[in-house]
Amino acid sequence: MENPIYYRVKKIFSSMFLQMFLVGVAATCIFPLLWMFGSSLKTQSTVFSDMSLFPKNPHWENYYIAWTKGEFGVYFFNSVFYTAVTVVCIVIFTSMAAYGISRLRMPGKNIIFYAFLAAMMIPIPGAFVALYAILINLGFINPGTGVDLLDNVIKRLGYILPQINQGLSLGIFMLKTFFDKIPKDLEDSARIDGCGKFGVYWHIALPLAKPAIAVIVIINVLYVWNEYLLAMLILTDKSLMPLQRGLMVFQGAHMTQYPLLMSGITITVIPIILVYLFMQRQIITGITAGMAKG
Amino acid sequence: MNKAEVRHIATNYIFILPAVALFALFWLYPFLKLFQLSVFEWDGILPWNQAVFVKFRHFRDLLRDLSWWQSMRQAGFITLIALTFQNALALALALACDKGIRAARAYRMIYFLPPVLAGIVVGLIWNWIFNPFDYGLLNYWLTRIGLGHLARAWLSEPKTALICVAIIHCWRGFGWGFIILLAGLQSIPRELYEAARIDGANAWESFKRVTIPLMVPVFVIVIILTILGTMQIYDIIIATTQGGPHFHTEVPITRMLAALRGSSRFGYASAMGIVFGLILFVVSIVHIKVSQLVKQE
Amino acid sequence: MRKTLLSIFVVFLIGLSGCASKQASTVESSKKVVVWHWLTDRQDTFLELAKMYKEKTGVDVVFELYAPSDIYSQKVRAAAQTDTLPDIYGILAEKKDFSSFIKAGHVANLTSYMEQNNNEWKDAFFIKALEVNIFESGNEFGVTPGIYGAPLDVMNIQMLYNKSLFKKAGLDPENPPATWEEFLEAGNKLKAAGIRGMVSGWGEIWLIGCFAYDYAFNIMGEDKVIATLRGDVPYTDPDWVTVFRLFEDMRDNNLLASGIVTMVNKVAEQAFANERAAFGFNGSWGVNVYYGMNPNLDYGVMLPPAYSSKYPMRVLGGPGGSFMVNNKSSNREKAIEFLRWFTSKNQQAYLAKETRNLPANKESLSVIPPILSHFADDMDGTYHWNNLPVVEKPQVTEMFSKGIQAIIIGEKTPEEVASEVQALKERL
Repeated sequence: MENPIYYRVKKIFSSMFLQMFLVGVAATCIFPLLWMFGSSLKTQSTVFSDMSLFPKNPHWENYYIAWTKGEFGVYFFNSVFYTAVTVVCIVIFTSMAAYGISRLRMPGKNIIFYAFLAAMMIPIPGAFVALYAILINLGFINPGTGVDLLDNVIKRLGYILPQINQGLSLGIFMLKTFFDKIPKDLEDSARIDGCGKFGVYWHIALPLAKPAIAVIVIINVLYVWNEYLLAMLILTDKSLMPLQRGLMVFQGAHMTQYPLLMSGITITVIPIILVYLFMQRQIITGITAGMAKG
Repeated sequence: MNKAEVRHIATNYIFILPAVALFALFWLYPFLKLFQLSVFEWDGILPWNQAVFVKFRHFRDLLRDLSWWQSMRQAGFITLIALTFQNALALALALACDKGIRAARAYRMIYFLPPVLAGIVVGLIWNWIFNPFDYGLLNYWLTRIGLGHLARAWLSEPKTALICVAIIHCWRGFGWGFIILLAGLQSIPRELYEAARIDGANAWESFKRVTIPLMVPVFVIVIILTILGTMQIYDIIIATTQGGPHFHTEVPITRMLAALRGSSRFGYASAMGIVFGLILFVVSIVHIKVSQLVKQE
Repeated sequence: MRKTLLSIFVVFLIGLSGCASKQASTVESSKKVVVWHWLTDRQDTFLELAKMYKEKTGVDVVFELYAPSDIYSQKVRAAAQTDTLPDIYGILAEKKDFSSFIKAGHVANLTSYMEQNNNEWKDAFFIKALEVNIFESGNEFGVTPGIYGAPLDVMNIQMLYNKSLFKKAGLDPENPPATWEEFLEAGNKLKAAGIRGMVSGWGEIWLIGCFAYDYAFNIMGEDKVIATLRGDVPYTDPDWVTVFRLFEDMRDNNLLASGIVTMVNKVAEQAFANERAAFGFNGSWGVNVYYGMNPNLDYGVMLPPAYSSKYPMRVLGGPGGSFMVNNKSSNREKAIEFLRWFTSKNQQAYLAKETRNLPANKESLSVIPPILSHFADDMDGTYHWNNLPVVEKPQVTEMFSKGIQAIIIGEKTPEEVASEVQALKERL
């Protein structure tokens, strides 16, 4: 059995088997995307009758129609804006809180941590009504300051703040686990170098948690980008609505315009994939950078 | 404690201040309201002063509500499948991509596609795959390869409906586990593997000695997120079976929605939320504590 | 990455104010009439009508669309709690919830407006469309009698059959089955020709319940149905068991396409539009859906084939949507004036034509396509759950419909389902 050929053959077979498995799973992931893309080039009457993945006469104009009819121009900007602000705030707030809970002396911090955990677990039926009441009472929905510009800033905040809140629990939970792993001497040496509490957090803890932060960014970008319920509930101006509002135009109570809907979804999915690619690099390269410092 | 120390600790709270402030503003009130609602009979429309105080009647009713406990069992079943199959798949793929196999970059991209897809696309695709007619993808291929006798109405038979829903859920969810596990694997210093190899450890031994111990905290995260994500499953069910046939694919959230939207029973839905949340909370805490014990040993 | 984060943050803080300044200043709120609705496919037409109204009267009407209906419904409830409802809105709810809106003072009583000039406004509507918005004196909810909303369109739910598939199976496309025996026979003929029976969104429990009620009216008559809802007749009554047994009959005679018990209505509509099944059970809204997917579909409309000759066959029908006026609005009169104009003959005709729906205003019928007039012809015989003097509890309705699913998949017998539903009703 101590035969090099045996090992080589075994290795080739096992790597072939592995590749087959990986390709198989990958195929199930790509297929829906291809189907979506193919359907976006069909017509309402062929979308469920023409079973080919890619139609013979592709209707590229669907993309133009979807973009204009869904008024994606304005919505696109709004969504980019909401997503960026919300996710940046989530990353900053959760990393600070998780760092505090994990490393700093704070009586009562465990209770706070468990409260955040509980928020992930307890579904609050009808929470929307309560949330709406809060936002109304705080003046986020009908600010009425008399200045349009200020009104709009407040309305946008009214949409952003609850979403930041949505992302807190998960972020704190994940980051605390990462911060718990930081060796104590790493912190101590930074302190000797003259770093204050915030310095240690900013220069030591954050870079080390890069992979986790990248994951949190991906999760929340996806969540905020696809957010729709809250926008419908609290926003009234069409000009403030996010991208998903554009997709709704194609989904009537009874009538769904599938090809246009698929074109619209394809448009909305692309930025997410780009963000993911960028964050993946952070996950991979982040480690080496962190290690170098350690 | 002297003054400087107090001030020192006080400044520590600045770290949690933004998060806690937002949390208190947007979560605490709905959360407390939940408990208040659970002891009232209210339709969500009448002014609150016309709500009727019913003490713990909703909780008593809930204990005897067979469809509720059936929905809990079914969500539990899907969760078990997700914990085993979905997470095993995610781990296997993450390990493969961590080991620098050919085209790892492409795979890293592709495996994250299911979570990115819009719910409506997922619904359409899987409704087509499990379509009961001969043009349903699954039935079509079964017939093609000579297993036509297995073709069936997948989503409409009690024996298969729940499993099909679980499959859809696992397919949609493994990408999350994949990226979290991959991030965890990537943060294991390569030197440790190198050292293990020099000690003469084979792949399996270094997995056991290096990977597993360092990954325990990440496993905890993935397991908890799987439990929470799966127990709160509902959109896939709305898009495919609507909880049917009969009550065979009902889950807690669909029952909650039935109480809330179907019959406007805010109080009852709140009681469900409390019971459900309590169970999840206890399960999660037990899990965290147990894994802490395991780690210490 | 930290630098990236910071720079994004800064750029967008600027964006926050920068873009907001582009907003056009809105019209003074007291002058315009704000309408909230959930009817995505009609938004464009609504906007057109608003433009016409503005030209005619100078009054601004703003239609704000919030969809799908689930979310819309939550928004309306949240707004009701905080007294921030718009001037005009629709309520999507059971009659009991509707009554709560009225009792909370959110809905204007339109009776006196409807009855002006010899009931001019009121009489223009199909009575069936209006009925759902009427609370009679002595109603079980204790609401002041009156008319509380104006219907936008009407719908009813009937059986559809595919004429080309009928021909293929040797059935007469001009004479669809009218009795239960003929219906079962048709099922077997279709089976022989390898054609599927009926598709419908019976995964959505209201649609399956609707089919059962159609037959309940046919088998035991309205009085007995109402007596059951009141609790005077149990669901274990032989007539109800007969209703349940019909589903076994249909299943055994190839009339139910496999998988119908969890089918979402949109999937059923795709199947019928693409000629995968000979029968469909769907509402008049389907006409527009089928037209979009297969303009050449050759199909007819029929009442579900009668089981008994004792009582007439009835189908569910009512308004597709209604608009209510906010009683607390400072714009109340203006809103009512607009609604009156909006539901009058020409506007209704325009709406019906553009959206291929049945108008609620019976004077506007001339413009609709022939297949829709079949639906319109049967409008007078329809029933609606919300029109019956007693409304069944949603929990019982759920058990009832899900029970039928269990019968179809052979898990439960009609008798078992009957006693389960009855037991639940007695417990509540």
